[in-house]
Amino acid sequence: MSSKTTENVISEIKRSWIEKLAISGKRVDNRGPEDFRPIKVVKGFVEKAEGSALVSMGRTTVLVGVKVEIGAPFPDTPDKGVIITNAELIPLAAPTFEPGPPGEEGIELARVVDRGIRESEMIDLGELVIEEGEKVWIVYIDIDVLNYEGNLFDASSLAAVAALMNAKIPYSKHDMGEDRPLPIKHVPVSVTWAKIGSAIMVDPSYDEESIMSARLTVVTDEEGNVRAMQKGGEGSFTLDEVKKIIKKSAELGSRIRKQYLEVG
Amino acid sequence: MEEIKLMDEEGRRIDGRRPDELRPIKMKVGVLTRADGSAYLQWGKNKVLAAVYGPREVFPKHLQDPERALLRARYNMASFSVEERKRPGPDRRSIELSKVISEALRAAVFVEQFPKTSIDVFIEILQADAGTRIAGLVAASAALADAGIPMKDLVTGMTVGKVEDTLILDLCKEEDNYGQADLPIAIIPRTGEIVLLQMDGHMTQEEIDRALDMAIRGAMKVYEIQKRALLERYERLVREKEYIADISEV
Repeated sequence: MSSKTTENVISEIKRSWIEKLAISGKRVDNRGPEDFRPIKVVKGFVEKAEGSALVSMGRTTVLVGVKVEIGAPFPDTPDKGVIITNAELIPLAAPTFEPGPPGEEGIELARVVDRGIRESEMIDLGELVIEEGEKVWIVYIDIDVLNYEGNLFDASSLAAVAALMNAKIPYSKHDMGEDRPLPIKHVPVSVTWAKIGSAIMVDPSYDEESIMSARLTVVTDEEGNVRAMQKGGEGSFTLDEVKKIIKKSAELGSRIRKQYLEVG
Repeated sequence: MEEIKLMDEEGRRIDGRRPDELRPIKMKVGVLTRADGSAYLQWGKNKVLAAVYGPREVFPKHLQDPERALLRARYNMASFSVEERKRPGPDRRSIELSKVISEALRAAVFVEQFPKTSIDVFIEILQADAGTRIAGLVAASAALADAGIPMKDLVTGMTVGKVEDTLILDLCKEEDNYGQADLPIAIIPRTGEIVLLQMDGHMTQEEIDRALDMAIRGAMKVYEIQKRALLERYERLVREKEYIADISEV
């Protein structure tokens, strides 16, 4: 339950300060253009969910719960399980988030997270069939944004991927044998960049997002292949910028994968 | 449903507690950066987050009251907070709970000090395990205090119930589902006012008398936990100006 954010309001002084720093490759919180804020991943925060992860990126906090239930497959894919992703920008997280059904921002967020997971074939959907055409496992990925301080895309994506890796298929609950982990094939990582003036920086903070002209999210897999992208904002990127962002996203993505998503 | 034994011969409850024993409760105040006040509460397996925004401009504007602040609490359960996934959005239960929680908080807040504004209280149940309305209210009241909103006192509460004809405090999930009665109550300790009271099940008048006394004694323990969490928050803030508690470390 949540809805759109109205425009972020930021003072002129702050705006020009961020812009001025950006020209010389600096940021208000002393990060370099390619530095993420500190990341923390806590798996299994919600014991009642089949999988969950609480992720903070700086002070942005996102909780993802994964529920795995039995249901019918889609008629056009009788031999595949189902993934459903939903994001709630709950009104606790920011003064501009309002109660109500998801607005365009929440829907975009859910769809971009979903795309990274789906297109990277993170989960082997063929393995989620119980009875072809009749019964399959449905994997619900519910994103609850608890505190909004910028870059919801990467925080939500990381939380969703970590929660899926932490999730069990509840066979025992349905008297079907022992619980098993989800069939994970790939591990996608999302990396988001903001453009401020001519400067480009990763993992934008709330203030940086408030003044950025454009945003680009790149999801890569463990081989560095691009699996999903989403550009946002009214501004634009040049071809060179896009190429450089993709290359850097794969590098940073691989580092995040190693540090926070390594199985074991 | 097969018979579930909720109390053994020694008077121990299904989770091993004595009749008047509470589940472990932990609380942190000041856990969110954008809200004016916030609190996180772990009560047994319940995990509850509350945030306060305001006093701020009323939206939609026609709800504005020239005499007092409009205090609105919204109780919401995360989809993954319960055994079977809950569809997002309000259902009839959460709408009712939002109403009784709002009314309980209004009784404590000096709403007349902030005419034409709104004070928005948001309660998010991250994990539910019986007693979430009281847990939500307790967290919300601490979040209001954290936001610096003037109140008569904190609002605190407790649930009392009955299993195997014995009165018990702070029901767990099984006792809530299969017990004989369930009575949530919230009070303003300083004035003794009862500001939330619900009951379902079956109790004699004599049992109700004892249940209420028991519940209030239990609620006073929760009150101490709320006060301690607030104190801890502000002691910490003196040393670390931008301190925000981490809910994963509770």
